[in-house]
Amino acid sequence: MEKFEAHEHDVIVIGAGGAGLRAAIEASAMGCSVGLVCKSLLGKAHTVMAEGGIAAALAHVDPQDGWQTHFQDTMKGGSFLNHWRMAQIHAQEAPDRVRELEQCGALFDRTPDGRILQRAFGGHTWKRLAHVGDRTGLEMIRTLQDRGVHQGLDVYMECTITRLFTDGGRIAGALAYWRETGRFVVFRCKAVVIVTGGVGKAYRVTSNSWEYTGDGQALAYDVGAELIDMEFLQFHPTGMVWPPGVMGLLVTEGVRGEGGILRNAQGERFMWKYLPEARRHEYAADEAEARRWLDAVVEGRQTDARRPPELSTRDNVARAIYTEVKEGRGTPHGGASLDISYMPAERVKKKLPSMYHQFMELADVDITQTPMEVGPTTHYMMGGIRVDPDTGAATVPGLFAAGEASAGLHGANRLGGNSLSDLVVFGRRAGAGAASYARALAATPHIADDAIEAETRDVLAPFERTSGESPYGVHQALQECMDTFVGIFRVAGDLERALGTLETLKQRARDVRIEGSRMYNPGWHLARDLRNMLTVSEAITRAALLRTESRGAHSRLDHPGLDPALGRVNMCVTKDGEAMKVAPTPLPEMPAELKALFDAGAAGTAAAPAAAAPATAAAGKAS
Amino acid sequence: MNAGATGREVVLRVYRGDANGGEEVAYTVPVETGMVVLDAIHWIQAHRAPDLAVRWNCKAAKCGSCSAEVNGKPALMCKSRLDHFPEGQPITVRPMKTFPIVRDLVTDVKWNYEINKRIAPFQPRANAEWRWQQSDIDRVQEFRKCIECFLCQDVCHVLRSHELKHQFAGPRFLVRIAGLEMHPIDGADRVPFLKDTAGIGLCNITKCCTEVCPEGITITDNAIIPLKERVVDRYYDPVQRVWRAITGAKDGT
Amino acid sequence: MPVAPQRKLSAASAPTAVGARGVPATGTAPGAWSGAGSRQGFGATERGDAWWFKPVLQAAGLIVLIGYANYAAFLGAAHYRYLENGRDYLSPFYSPYIHPAWLPVWLSPALLILVFPLGFRATCYYYRKAYYRSFFADPIACAVGEPRQAYCGEVKFPFLLQNLHRYFLYAALVFLVILWIDVVKAFIFSAPALAAAAPAVTSALGLHAAREAASGGHYLAIGGGSLAILFSTGMLTLYTLSCHSLRHLVGGKLDCFSCAAAGGPRHKTWSIVTVLNGHHMAWAWWSLFAVCFADFLVRMCSIGVIHDPTLATFRHLLEMPNRSLSLLR
Repeated sequence: MEKFEAHEHDVIVIGAGGAGLRAAIEASAMGCSVGLVCKSLLGKAHTVMAEGGIAAALAHVDPQDGWQTHFQDTMKGGSFLNHWRMAQIHAQEAPDRVRELEQCGALFDRTPDGRILQRAFGGHTWKRLAHVGDRTGLEMIRTLQDRGVHQGLDVYMECTITRLFTDGGRIAGALAYWRETGRFVVFRCKAVVIVTGGVGKAYRVTSNSWEYTGDGQALAYDVGAELIDMEFLQFHPTGMVWPPGVMGLLVTEGVRGEGGILRNAQGERFMWKYLPEARRHEYAADEAEARRWLDAVVEGRQTDARRPPELSTRDNVARAIYTEVKEGRGTPHGGASLDISYMPAERVKKKLPSMYHQFMELADVDITQTPMEVGPTTHYMMGGIRVDPDTGAATVPGLFAAGEASAGLHGANRLGGNSLSDLVVFGRRAGAGAASYARALAATPHIADDAIEAETRDVLAPFERTSGESPYGVHQALQECMDTFVGIFRVAGDLERALGTLETLKQRARDVRIEGSRMYNPGWHLARDLRNMLTVSEAITRAALLRTESRGAHSRLDHPGLDPALGRVNMCVTKDGEAMKVAPTPLPEMPAELKALFDAGAAGTAAAPAAAAPATAAAGKAS
Repeated sequence: MNAGATGREVVLRVYRGDANGGEEVAYTVPVETGMVVLDAIHWIQAHRAPDLAVRWNCKAAKCGSCSAEVNGKPALMCKSRLDHFPEGQPITVRPMKTFPIVRDLVTDVKWNYEINKRIAPFQPRANAEWRWQQSDIDRVQEFRKCIECFLCQDVCHVLRSHELKHQFAGPRFLVRIAGLEMHPIDGADRVPFLKDTAGIGLCNITKCCTEVCPEGITITDNAIIPLKERVVDRYYDPVQRVWRAITGAKDGT
Repeated sequence: MPVAPQRKLSAASAPTAVGARGVPATGTAPGAWSGAGSRQGFGATERGDAWWFKPVLQAAGLIVLIGYANYAAFLGAAHYRYLENGRDYLSPFYSPYIHPAWLPVWLSPALLILVFPLGFRATCYYYRKAYYRSFFADPIACAVGEPRQAYCGEVKFPFLLQNLHRYFLYAALVFLVILWIDVVKAFIFSAPALAAAAPAVTSALGLHAAREAASGGHYLAIGGGSLAILFSTGMLTLYTLSCHSLRHLVGGKLDCFSCAAAGGPRHKTWSIVTVLNGHHMAWAWWSLFAVCFADFLVRMCSIGVIHDPTLATFRHLLEMPNRSLSLLR
């Protein structure tokens, strides 16, 4: 057996985005020895891509806001498929987590009275997103990164975990390899926190980077953890559609928050057509009211005008754009036009600097002069590892998860801004949960040598083969399959075809051959990631097939309506021998006092924007 | 055929090799509209050299992973548009020269993380009020745009040509210190560190860092020179020293 | 079989060793983490553009303008002032004009004062960049190999003196006041009736006599030289007010404007200086050129090569007796 490096920690955190860093900081603060393992360099995780802001009911700009409203918005946005307790914890703790970031040195944009400024976002009743221009995620990750490094985390950068090991059903450690050298590392630990993010790279048009290959979900699935809600994959409504090299690249929802208007090729402001009847009263009735709302935002004052229809929830806007394009009203490159050019150029550059540069440099488009072309792009996985809301514990002892890799908070659809708050709220809780678990465990569980050896042989197998295709071809075929058959709109026939294709792809992935050495070999890395992408792709497809209704981000053309019975279950994916099993499991019942919020709120929410009319002293004026 | 195909081709001369040496290898790549160097590298990986090592993440100039030297200039590959180079001429792509090479276009940048650990973290002043104006932080927010691509470290001649990593922290970390020092309520004192550890005196303000910064941070004028002035306040301004001795005042007020 | 861990980013921070006196130390071992850059010879690069053009142009500009300034200060001492046709133009190189009796005849009075503007420019953050690049090739251009391995930046004498920039700034601010007085004087012409007598008595030692002789009353007027001197002082003002040290002193040193005493005005001042500072390079070149140009014009008029045109006169606007004007002089 080849020599390998070994490290022992109480807690191993896999992933160094916002949730991973927050989890590691918490576990370390509780006295645990923490190893933070990430596939990229530290500080490059996908959190840096988060632009719009972090949702927290601080009530600095709209004093009417409170955790109850945030909770209601989250539940409604998720079509009530959310775990009520997660949504509650999230809404209650997010403000503290934001203040905590500030206390670690983050510098959010300010209100005139010197507090954290908040902006409007889709699906949020009030202006709720604390932000730093359009680079909130970068600010957050840098703040947490510096905090973590100074707190005593051991960081293993550019290190890929290939498998988790268990000992008598408990987590015992993991095998990894250094991307740089290809050498193996064994981590022995009591608890593992999975914070590996999403699965976007299974799709061709995606806002996700290469890292988002569903590693965490697949690692957890392999050791027997339950995955839920995998059918709910969020397509962000506004990704770039041109030029081809940047297709899918995110255009922040902040553009719409700052007044961006969606039009089709005929110049029609189409979003009004697509507002769900139940929530139409929350949006402006006409152009004039939308404009009044915007003017109030620009001037930083209160208004009784309701928000523009472009700020509908993401699933809805994505479907609207998709439909407009499909029905022949798309822009030349197959998108919708998103126009912010009617706003003063200086404001656009100040509020959306990254967007301005992104379009200027990559698409030769000056967004202060011409509209952008945008279309839906695979963005976020609502589903993932089933966790306990309070501790982040997965269904395998010693396994914890948070952030995008976990499931429950967002239900059928995530609101913009709720992911950054998810990271810090549940990152912290998972870190604490793992630390408590690890401290309660007397000795580190044992990893069998032959398990390690079997895994290393498996990982190195592609080098041994004398024939076989390159993994890039398989990856491309997988992306084509998922884009075509498991996209925004789904039908049973497509999903079944996808399952068939996935079976052949799994075989092709098993037979890939890698040339060259183990030193920084991207082909080899992709071969490992492929296995995970195939697992999650199958989970998405199987769960989508079983959910015979349209809810949130999951739209079935053959089942266009809501099915109340399916609104009470999560689709749960588990490993059954070598086969994948999917079955509905009951959704936890919301307690009466929270239910009451909605009974009272049904009237209350409708009336709320009108009640906001009197300007309040705390809201200040200009921004 | 792809929707964005242009029918044109470009030759990329990509450095292939490791610590033991290497050479430029030419690859001919079909050009799509709006294609960037990183797209071309990916095309080569998928069609010609699956083991071509390159570090990248977001492909949107937000993570700062794909730093390299394109036609000799330090740049992010994801921001280097092929149509901005002279047509018909090969484009050379090489790894950063300031750091040890790992393989092909990947270099070992861990030194930067070692330096970062030495910088005193944010430390709020006791009893500070957590309120400040946007105008107080506009300056610092510029520094915090840094995506840690380390292109400034790569181009800085103190690190690159003179190899003074044992005496100089480099522009990236002067920017980071500026962000901490100018934070409205930070109370830590990093001025001695700047002079004795980070080696700010070794910067001769020739501004190559500012020229290559993909985030457009005015590194030299807004971060380094103001810090140099703070070092002058403390160590090289006799009048201020006398004033401090008499009044017991601290600098920076 | 476990192998010693070497590769993780450990959080334990080693104590920082300070190197030899005045030499900073980051704690990295010398030679560690070295890359290919230090093995590049002078001028080695993959850059295909004309990277050498800017440093060469910059060097040429500096040589020409500084060469002229030297000529003006050392050799051309006789024609630094133009006092004919009612004008009183003083070359900015010679302002403030101080000429003590002990000064040897062969030594130009400009040298007594030039140390201040010279020092201001020599320690200027922009000129430092320019001459480090163009004359020291340190670096000659970005990502281009350098001629020498040895380097000590600005941590050792004489470059340590760059830190005195702010003292030269203080002097430059005083000079600005004097230069603006010169501008006013350049716009005040003497009455032409008596001015004709002036050349006969103009000499380095007979200035007072000349001025008295020309004292037939004064009026506001614009000559070619007035504009050149205004341009020169205007550019010098922008150059001085855009100084990095000034930017620091007026507000840049504060961490929190809104918490500081007079924070509002200081932020405002800092913002204005910051805007000017963004064009510091432009002001540096324009002011250098403008000063040389003003001196050149004064000199050519004084020699008699150029006849200074009178562009406008405002005889009725400013007719003042000699006494009040003498306050200015």
